[in-house]
Amino acid sequence: MKLDSKIPAGPLAEKWTKHKFGIKLVNPANKRKYDIIVVGTGLAGGAAAASFAELGYNVKAFCFQDSPRRAHSIAAQGGINAAKNYPNDGDSIYRLFYDTIKGGDYRAREGNVHRLAEVSNNIIDQCAAQGVPFAREYGGTLANRSFGGALVSRTFYARGQTGQQLLLGAYSALSRQISKGKVKMYTRTEMLDVVMVDGKAQGIVTRNLITGKIESHSAHAVVLGTGGYSNVFYLSTNAMASNATAAWRAHRKGALFANPCYTQIHPTCIPAHGTHQSKLTLMSESLRNDGRVWVPRKPGDTRKPNDIPENERYYYLEEKYPTFGNLVPRDVASRNAKYVCDDGLGVGVTKRAVYLDFRDAIKRDSKRVVAERYGNLFDMYYRITDDDPYEVPMMIYPAPHYTMGGLWVDYNLMTNIPGLYAIGEANFSDHGANRLGASALMQGLADGYFVIPYTIGDYLTGTSYDIPSTDHPEFKKAENECKARLQKLIESKGTRTPDEIHIELGKVMMDKCGMSRNAEGLDYARKKIQELQHEFKTNLKVVGGTEELNVTLEKANRLADFLELAELMVVDARDREESCGGHFREEHQTDEGEARRDDENYTYAAAWEYNHKGADPILHKEDLIFENVKLTQRSYK
Amino acid sequence: MSAETRNYTLKVWRQSGSSAKGEIKTYEMKNVSVGASFLEMFDQLNEQLLANGEDPVAFDHDCREGICGMCSMYINGRPHGPDTGITTCQLHMRTFPDGETIYVEPWRAKPFPVIKDLTVDRGAFDRIIQAGGYVSVNTGNAQDANEILIPKAIADEAMDAAACIGCGACVAACKNASAMLFVSAKVSQLAVLPQGKSESSRRAQNMLAQMDSEGFGACTNTGACSSECPKEISLTHIARLNREYLRNRFTLNDVEEFQPIKKPDYLDFGV
Repeated sequence: MKLDSKIPAGPLAEKWTKHKFGIKLVNPANKRKYDIIVVGTGLAGGAAAASFAELGYNVKAFCFQDSPRRAHSIAAQGGINAAKNYPNDGDSIYRLFYDTIKGGDYRAREGNVHRLAEVSNNIIDQCAAQGVPFAREYGGTLANRSFGGALVSRTFYARGQTGQQLLLGAYSALSRQISKGKVKMYTRTEMLDVVMVDGKAQGIVTRNLITGKIESHSAHAVVLGTGGYSNVFYLSTNAMASNATAAWRAHRKGALFANPCYTQIHPTCIPAHGTHQSKLTLMSESLRNDGRVWVPRKPGDTRKPNDIPENERYYYLEEKYPTFGNLVPRDVASRNAKYVCDDGLGVGVTKRAVYLDFRDAIKRDSKRVVAERYGNLFDMYYRITDDDPYEVPMMIYPAPHYTMGGLWVDYNLMTNIPGLYAIGEANFSDHGANRLGASALMQGLADGYFVIPYTIGDYLTGTSYDIPSTDHPEFKKAENECKARLQKLIESKGTRTPDEIHIELGKVMMDKCGMSRNAEGLDYARKKIQELQHEFKTNLKVVGGTEELNVTLEKANRLADFLELAELMVVDARDREESCGGHFREEHQTDEGEARRDDENYTYAAAWEYNHKGADPILHKEDLIFENVKLTQRSYK
Repeated sequence: MSAETRNYTLKVWRQSGSSAKGEIKTYEMKNVSVGASFLEMFDQLNEQLLANGEDPVAFDHDCREGICGMCSMYINGRPHGPDTGITTCQLHMRTFPDGETIYVEPWRAKPFPVIKDLTVDRGAFDRIIQAGGYVSVNTGNAQDANEILIPKAIADEAMDAAACIGCGACVAACKNASAMLFVSAKVSQLAVLPQGKSESSRRAQNMLAQMDSEGFGACTNTGACSSECPKEISLTHIARLNREYLRNRFTLNDVEEFQPIKKPDYLDFGV
């Protein structure tokens, strides 16, 4: 298979403009002859569905939640980047492009990332026009802040609820189109499979989560905006029902899955409180601006943190990284927390936590000043843990948070299956091996509002107005496969619940394919995952029937796909014999313990093909070509 | 954080389907970590039920961070339980003394029919937004964001209203099952912003007409909605909603026949 990224030739800054001009247009009167399916209604899917409908296409949109307003994009706190340069601090489209490429550790495409930076400014304009209540200065202009170690203030925000407000903006645009009859919105409906006819994506099979009814929907194109796969780790900051089923089913139908091992593990989350933990909560990493990270020097020290004298505290980030100290990038902070806990220095009930201490900041700046900066975060922490961070150090531990890998797409955001698109976190294209703060919202909305509404036309103009009906044998075949799959799950009369198996999977993944990886651990993980796959097939316990609201069945069906995806992540991590971004291979580090890339051999995106013969997945490489940026090595010493 | 655990007696509303007869069932919970959230206790209950081959309790939940608005339990007679300014997923078991009996019911309001157990259908809220909860602007033709100057105080007021998560606690708390606080939050957000002003009266009229057609009650200024709201949305937004509505009725400058939006036939939830 030859992978064609379809990046347009020519100077970087002109690629998108030239490409847009080259795209074939659909006559406005003919747009109503095309049907588009959008799966997922977060920032990417919601924005795309609304924008398609505004253009005149007929849209069917699907979400598993009870309303499109609830997609997990809603939980993003920090903000959204744009290259507006309102603060006059030297920002530009090129700088945002450069920071994103460098932040991604040179494993993203130049062409895609530059386009992302270009359209970032349109997003802010669009959202402001929709009535998104961005933070403002007294003069009425938009406020900006610096975020995630960026040297310019390019982040726009709406209190600590930027994701919510941007999503409600997309939801309002979507609601307007639903009321006009241009979008049919299917809530509480989960996609189970993609349907291919003559090699093209022509529809999907869905399950109504209330009645259990299996249905088919046909269209000219299918767009997946179904998010990431952090829940493969069981405990993550993702919403409970976030899952990889849509993407994985597409993968099984032939769509390549790229860079599955690139995951982001966020350093400042509230640690697990015990064994009955279902979900982890993120706290803004801005806390590291004033908090000092430490653990006791003595393993198993049971003293209260405030009773431990200064010389018995191990400020490991400050000691190891004197220049950046507590402000080292996310992956470095996360990895070092793991190391000290592995060494038995962890604190808290589970011993998988480190202190984040504000004692010195309060002494230096006063409690009032610290409260002004972090008051709401301290309150949130207090509410969840019942510990007052003004009095005792916070406890934090890293948690899976975002996945940079996803379905392989070309410049048009189309997968290698004609007519099947992937947008937002579901695709792989813009963040390389590591995503910068406040860039996820930007990419979701860029794809949904300003990229795919153009690029989909190029495909549709070449297709016939006629689409196969849902009575077509391929649809019937897919429906029957889905029914058989669910039936098999419901007949599982073993002893292990889906959550029990999922928890075990999560532990292996976190331990062996999380913040730090090595060949031996990955080989072990693969074996362990295969055992869990076998356990799932032979000893799963599900109750109830298929034609009803059955939460256990939903969980089991999603877990089946997570178990396969986990194996691919491990295979990819094993295959990439270098360290880059969120992928840290212990065998490949500098003398200083930093990630060492191997640009000569690994400057490519690894796009994996599903192997139905049960053997290893097949690797296809897309070489990454850097014409504008010089590759450099990071150092935070 | 402590490793302490407690025991509880749960009295939970079980109803197998929308037309089935429901009942309160009793479950004993042992060794619940005080650091667990209320929903984590329910996860534990469901694992217990599943282990015994019983049907787990259906309840809505997703983000577990108090922002998605999915979770919706009526706990000891209060939406989202005894604490204020939080959702059920942010409620922690340390709030409940050891040995307490806790009653858990679904939202109780006719426009939110029970689907199963604690899960209700809140599609009516979506249809109210579809009736006018937006600024009529298409993608792609917006002016530079800084060309619309919005004083900080106005932006903050819009944000206060926009914080609504659409969970429905206001309706569940209201003796009239009124949705006025929900409707007013959206109307108010867009009425104070210049972007939303030009259609604000019409928006108020259409959203209220949709609210009425869904069977929500009228507002009698009790204020239970606001005091139970997890985002503490203020009653003053209802005052602004009334103003926008009346302005339209008196001036008749933007009156258009409004056809209430029907629940689409393709959404078959059996309710």
